[in-house]
Amino acid sequence: MTTASDSVLDFTDVSVAFRSDGPTASAPAVDGVSLSLRRGEIFGIVGESGSGKSTLANTVLGLLPSSATVRGHVRVNDRDVLGLSESDLRALRGDEVAMIFQDASASLDPTWPVGDQIAETIRAHRAIGRRAAREQAIALMTEVGIPDAASRYGDAPHRLSGGMRQRIVIAAALANNPQLLIADEPATALDVTIQAQILQLIDRLRRDHGTTVLLITHDLGVVAQVCDRVGVMYAGRLLEVGTAHELFARPTHPYTRALLAASPNRVARGTRLPVVPAQWSVESLHESEAVAEAEAAQ
Amino acid sequence: MTSRLGFVLRRLALTVPVLFVMSIIVFLIIRLVPGDPVRTMLGFRATDENVEQVRHQLGLDQSWLLQYGDFIGGIFRGDLGTDIVSHASLSDLLAQRLPVTFELAGLAMLLAVLIGVPLGVRAATGGKWVKRLTEGFVVFGISIPDFWLGILLVLVFAGTLVILPPSGYVPFADDPAGNIRYMILPVLTLAIGEAAYILRTTRAAVTSVLDRPFVTFLRAKGIRTRRIVAGHALRNAAPAIVTVIGIQVGVLLGGAIIVEQLFALPGVGRLVVTAITQRNYPTVQIGVLAIATTFIMVSLVTDLIVGWLDPRVADGAAT
Amino acid sequence: MTAQAPLVAATAVSHRPAKRRTSTRLLISGAIVLGVLVLIAIAAPLIAPHDPESVVVDEVLGAPSLAHPFGSDALGRDVLSRVIYGLRTSLAVSISAVLASMIIAVPLGLLAGYFGRWVDTAISRVLDMILVLPAMLLAITFIAILGPGSVVAAIAIAVIYLPILARVMRTSALIVTRNDYVAGARARGSSHFRVLIGHIAPNALGPVIVQASVLAAFALQLEAGLSFLGLGTQPPTPSLGGMLSDGRDVLLQAPWVEIFPGLAIVVAVLCFTLLGEGLRRSFDPEGVAE
Repeated sequence: MTTASDSVLDFTDVSVAFRSDGPTASAPAVDGVSLSLRRGEIFGIVGESGSGKSTLANTVLGLLPSSATVRGHVRVNDRDVLGLSESDLRALRGDEVAMIFQDASASLDPTWPVGDQIAETIRAHRAIGRRAAREQAIALMTEVGIPDAASRYGDAPHRLSGGMRQRIVIAAALANNPQLLIADEPATALDVTIQAQILQLIDRLRRDHGTTVLLITHDLGVVAQVCDRVGVMYAGRLLEVGTAHELFARPTHPYTRALLAASPNRVARGTRLPVVPAQWSVESLHESEAVAEAEAAQ
Repeated sequence: MTSRLGFVLRRLALTVPVLFVMSIIVFLIIRLVPGDPVRTMLGFRATDENVEQVRHQLGLDQSWLLQYGDFIGGIFRGDLGTDIVSHASLSDLLAQRLPVTFELAGLAMLLAVLIGVPLGVRAATGGKWVKRLTEGFVVFGISIPDFWLGILLVLVFAGTLVILPPSGYVPFADDPAGNIRYMILPVLTLAIGEAAYILRTTRAAVTSVLDRPFVTFLRAKGIRTRRIVAGHALRNAAPAIVTVIGIQVGVLLGGAIIVEQLFALPGVGRLVVTAITQRNYPTVQIGVLAIATTFIMVSLVTDLIVGWLDPRVADGAAT
Repeated sequence: MTAQAPLVAATAVSHRPAKRRTSTRLLISGAIVLGVLVLIAIAAPLIAPHDPESVVVDEVLGAPSLAHPFGSDALGRDVLSRVIYGLRTSLAVSISAVLASMIIAVPLGLLAGYFGRWVDTAISRVLDMILVLPAMLLAITFIAILGPGSVVAAIAIAVIYLPILARVMRTSALIVTRNDYVAGARARGSSHFRVLIGHIAPNALGPVIVQASVLAAFALQLEAGLSFLGLGTQPPTPSLGGMLSDGRDVLLQAPWVEIFPGLAIVVAVLCFTLLGEGLRRSFDPEGVAE
């Protein structure tokens, strides 16, 4: 384990189970994950939907539904957040740790001016006046690349484009200069050009502020673009962790290899994408690899 | 903003045909009476000359188109005709009666909102017992007819406790305290059923807003729960709540007719009911016109408020 | 270890069956009590202990007793017998009003939902005109024209609910029309009429029945309200609303004159509401009825 000074977020043997309505106990959504994020890095977690990556991310800020039971330890700057009271959690959220979600349009209150949604976050954690919060919010809007920020401050969210809305969401999340940003599919709902811009923005903000970023994604392209290190999740388990370079060059785990083989960027144009089997097993994996090789050879 | 102005103009334009249809219905009241309405009105002792005179006075001997023109023209000039029984000017009668109905309905709606909205929010966010108690209130409020509720209230407050008068009225200008004392039971009677509907709507609207993703983001930003509920959930639920309030004003005005009768309040509803039993058609017409116009205008105002509360509606990008 | 949220032990009872049980219970209890009320109404002449219209001077405002369990009113008439007969009037008016409304609304909604386009527009626009006035005011307008009475009250109530029932039928028919078997029936050469009667109507009727049951509760209140105003059922025929109106002046001396007819209304209204809620969960899963 890393030392306290350079570890911002630590998962130690974290498991999450959801209480189901039926009499049968369901499989754990997260199963014994241990992981440590170094200060200032962008750590990507890749996996299919249902792999437990979002559930893992949601343990940090206590945003899981009440039907969830979490075991293990989740430490932010060496403080275990799982035992925190609701008011301590609230103080943590949006201040020390910020989180953004996939669909920015859905993340903003449609009835509130976008600028106020940033200022609100500042005022929730800092004792400053309305006017000062407004000025800081406008400065943040400028920083995340919103042109003519002062005049957009009072706009309702629906008057902004999807990309601009995601910038507002990022500005609101980073308003209090958090040490850790958890970004759950931050660019997935956007088109490719905007996606790249948003990722560049996150990367730039990380450099400027030294923010550590936990980036949840199913997109290996995103991982290749910005992540320093990557963890691969499947069926609630963290299969392997390595630098992005290592992972792409020498995937050790068969599932990672299958995932890479199925990635559009890495398959020759005009060939069919191999399918990662839903119920993955070593046998089926070999099969799919064989198919991929056969098709690539054609 | 021009889109806002456009929305207001569009909504105003929609009101015109509604007012037109309403005016036709009111106009037809006297003309659709089976047989000879004037004879029905004046009774069997009326002489033929007398009947002809009243027929002429009401303009019933002209073509319908002319009659309708006169009817609308009169309304715009503020000349609403005269009451057949008391020979009083109907404009004066309305000026006396409308404030009573407005006071009753206005206070009842205010009280219903003050009870229904906070309880609805509590029902959406509270625990099991809060949910059960509020559900009980909803079932009670919706199932109990308002006139019977009024009777029970009279039994308790005027019969057993003897702290409020069972019926009657004094104008606010003459005796403000007395006016309020007379108004408490009628207002409560009307408000409780209304509060149940508003509670139910608020509960549903707030519950659905709290399920939306932006609430998760608000929590992730560390906003206090109280603020999320009051500043965001209620704000987003407001258009739905205001819409229902607008619709319920119609129910409330209907209920006011009964409550005025029950508590002997001299409002427009009582005026109409009395006029119907006396076959006093001009007064029926003007009373129905006054209540219906109030309803249509309140609907217009609530729709404009909804447009103002929800910028997407005003921008024509309603979801 | 730390638990994120307290795990409630042994709450493995599944949600859905519980809900279905409640809905069945609502439906059955509503139906049973309503059935009893209807039986009482039908058998009123056999059940009522006294003639509801016979005036007994000695018993004016008599308190409830063995001979008169609900007491007697200002004219010495037996309140229990009058409640039984009043229930008969109220149920007859409200049920026949809702049935009449359904008979007209169902074909209109069916046509509007199935054919759409101008047929839909024409039907909907005409029915919208009814909604210009609030329900109570429209009923009063009808009575102003046609004169007071229980038949006119029933007609007025039927007209008021026409747009609501037709709209529910329209939406329901629209949903059914989109089904493949309807296109299939048309493709096999069935006429519009056969498709409407054979396929659409039977499958689209559920939500309308639910709505009608909910409206019956309102119809009962409306009828009672109109009779209370003296605009519905006319004396001497006993009606629940009329009894409440008669007893208003003696309320503080003889509360039983007001309490029992009111209770009868509340119970009947609750039955229709329970029945409606129960039916809604069973026959209107998509929530077409309002």
